[in-house]
Amino acid sequence: MSRINSPAELEEFRKGILSKRDPNKPCITLCSGSACHATGSGEVAASIEEEIKKQGLSAEVDIRKTGCHGFCERGPIIVIHPEEICYLQIEPEDVPEIVSQTIKEKKVIERLLYTDPGTNEKIIHESEIPFYKNQERLVFGSNGNIDPKSIDDYLTIGGYSALAKVLSGMTSEQVLEEVKKSNLRGRGGGGFPAGRKWEESRNAPDEIKYVIVNADEGDPGAYMDRSLLEGNPHSILEGLTIGAYAIGSHEGYIYVRQEYPLAVENVNIAIKKAEEYGFLGRNILGSGFDFTVKVHQGAGAFVCGESSALMTALEGRAGEPRPKYIHTAIKGLWDRPSVLNNVETWANVPLIINKGADWFAQFGTEGSKGTKIFSLVGKITNTGLVEVPMGMTLKDIIYKIGGGIPGGKRFKAVQTGGPSGGCIPEELLDLEVGFDELTKAGSMMGSGGMIIMDEDTCMVDVARYFVDFLTDESCGKCVPCREGLRQMHKILTNITKGKGKDGDIELLEELAETAIEASLCALGKSAPNPFLSTLRYFRDEYEAHIKEKRCPALSCKELIAYHIDPEKCQACMICLRKCPAEAVIGGKKKIHVVDQEKCTKCGTCFEVCPPRFSAVQKISGEPVPAPIPEEERTIVRKSKEK
Amino acid sequence: MDNDRIDQIIDKHQGEASSLIQVLLEIQSEKHWLPKEALERVSEKLQVPLTRIRHIATFYKAFSLVPKGRHEIHICVGTACHVRGATRVLDTVQDLTGIKPGETDLDLKFSLETVNCLGCCALGPVMEIGGKTHGKMAPAETADVLKNYQ
Repeated sequence: MSRINSPAELEEFRKGILSKRDPNKPCITLCSGSACHATGSGEVAASIEEEIKKQGLSAEVDIRKTGCHGFCERGPIIVIHPEEICYLQIEPEDVPEIVSQTIKEKKVIERLLYTDPGTNEKIIHESEIPFYKNQERLVFGSNGNIDPKSIDDYLTIGGYSALAKVLSGMTSEQVLEEVKKSNLRGRGGGGFPAGRKWEESRNAPDEIKYVIVNADEGDPGAYMDRSLLEGNPHSILEGLTIGAYAIGSHEGYIYVRQEYPLAVENVNIAIKKAEEYGFLGRNILGSGFDFTVKVHQGAGAFVCGESSALMTALEGRAGEPRPKYIHTAIKGLWDRPSVLNNVETWANVPLIINKGADWFAQFGTEGSKGTKIFSLVGKITNTGLVEVPMGMTLKDIIYKIGGGIPGGKRFKAVQTGGPSGGCIPEELLDLEVGFDELTKAGSMMGSGGMIIMDEDTCMVDVARYFVDFLTDESCGKCVPCREGLRQMHKILTNITKGKGKDGDIELLEELAETAIEASLCALGKSAPNPFLSTLRYFRDEYEAHIKEKRCPALSCKELIAYHIDPEKCQACMICLRKCPAEAVIGGKKKIHVVDQEKCTKCGTCFEVCPPRFSAVQKISGEPVPAPIPEEERTIVRKSKEK
Repeated sequence: MDNDRIDQIIDKHQGEASSLIQVLLEIQSEKHWLPKEALERVSEKLQVPLTRIRHIATFYKAFSLVPKGRHEIHICVGTACHVRGATRVLDTVQDLTGIKPGETDLDLKFSLETVNCLGCCALGPVMEIGGKTHGKMAPAETADVLKNYQ
């Protein structure tokens, strides 16, 4: 492949690729992101390839292994083009039928389609499934259509046209103005306006400047950056290159977690291909602009998602944050002006350039423009990645797209913003998502994790969980964070173990206030948020733990006991066999009893007890009823009496 | 791991001191831990004091200064898995293997680690052993899964 030397050559080349592609040729796209891989998309891919060959269709059908489609709950997902027939939860055994029926005969296989749980209607097209229908997939939408390892695929969807536009007809000021006008705010957590950051770096006097992609996605329960990097790496490279042009940088870095091997692989391939085609390297598209990108793998430290810590890590040192009286945009990596933006932020840039700031700003609210990708996880029917315009209500995201809470349980709270965020209760579900709106509710946007919790989730335990996480991830530089969090963790653990005492809440509040006031970086400053927000909305749960030694969600192990209701037990032996601690006493036709001494409270008996009996109960805050006397345990079945 | 291999890795990164973390990551991924001799070689070649290398090796989670078991068990304790009962899975695995997170058993069979989100939240709670994902784990099933590893 020879380098493409001008925007005109790029358009010629693009036309060439498109002319070779027949839009009516059948194409099977298969989600091959990390999440679908875990559910077996690798095996499905192998069997599709084999079956196509076996049925002699190799020349007539294209197979495309794409990035994440988002609907992880129902993976692996197949979409057959041009009809856009969407099959869910595919197993290798389904493949021969798909090829012979759908590909050859053009017949739809009903059993593999999505069934609307409300109407029982079968839905053929991906875009009509409620999960997708209510989204606005500007950034994430291309993921399902392109092979991330193929730069030509990216070109067919208009890839690198924004870069060509910038390099051929826009000054760097114009690019900057466009991004500023769009009011694009950082998607990684803080929501700082990207344009202002860029401007600050651009105006810094230093000759050498850096642009950096923050792909150190550490929030547990959030994986949208990984999916973008895995599924559409060129869009990030294109955005980064445009940013570099705007501020006058010639060197960029992608800092990606080592836990994301597929993302590292795909982005490395993308860089190599972009260099070959002339979208990276010297004299890009004949414009005279030079720009190179390097990938740096993180080694597992949550704090490295913080800008100054990330830059220290890039320099090859332990990632500890530093005071930011001088912004990293002025003195960052190796003390040079450095613009650091999150993966999703960079991916938005080509869109803004191509379609204009005004187009971009029509989505969203007053303060938050565009769309945001959320990972909707936890106790939710449709787990997955969803992209919605800013300003959609939490209720619409959770119920219209997410399909509500599974198992007929009651919604309790949604946790947003990762460990620095907070929990939002049911009464605030009409809240519109946006940077300022979420902050006002005591939580934050963060990188877009949205963890749904139901009535079985204990809010004190959630606070304990996040403080535990942050205690572990604190770099140890500031005392209020290092020591304060440890003490908060101790107190919260005591409360969940029934050892809470009067004054604990006040002490926690005091520690929280100190950490907020006196920590250097956002990790420490925001660490008490999960505690403060759960206290704000669920104070009664804290009080029940402390005063009544009761866990209202029946979740804290030390405060609950498992008990088998003798009235309901049918002596079916299931829990007795499954109990890993051999703590269930009983036998055939003998009512089962839990030996409280032996019970490890793993909950297995509760889970395996057939719902028609529902004999196993969780008890909290009251004494466990004494086991019924041995002689009364025998069940005499009426039918057998006759 | 011999010195030649370490030198190769260092050369691949142009022998720059700033690539220290990348070099250590490669050694870790090949050996599954960082032996003292390897660190000494890196220190000598990159001209970085051993104290700083140890600072980094203990600061970042990816590195281990002790050998790992044949099968590395990763239990996801990300938020989504947590609310779906990961703690109960972790407790059961601890009971079955007799080791706590961060530990390796005496036969070098299992190492146990907790990880914060593997990004397969639809499958939670998730247990990963040697790279293979076991989804929707219940405490009662963990014993059956662990039995398959020798």
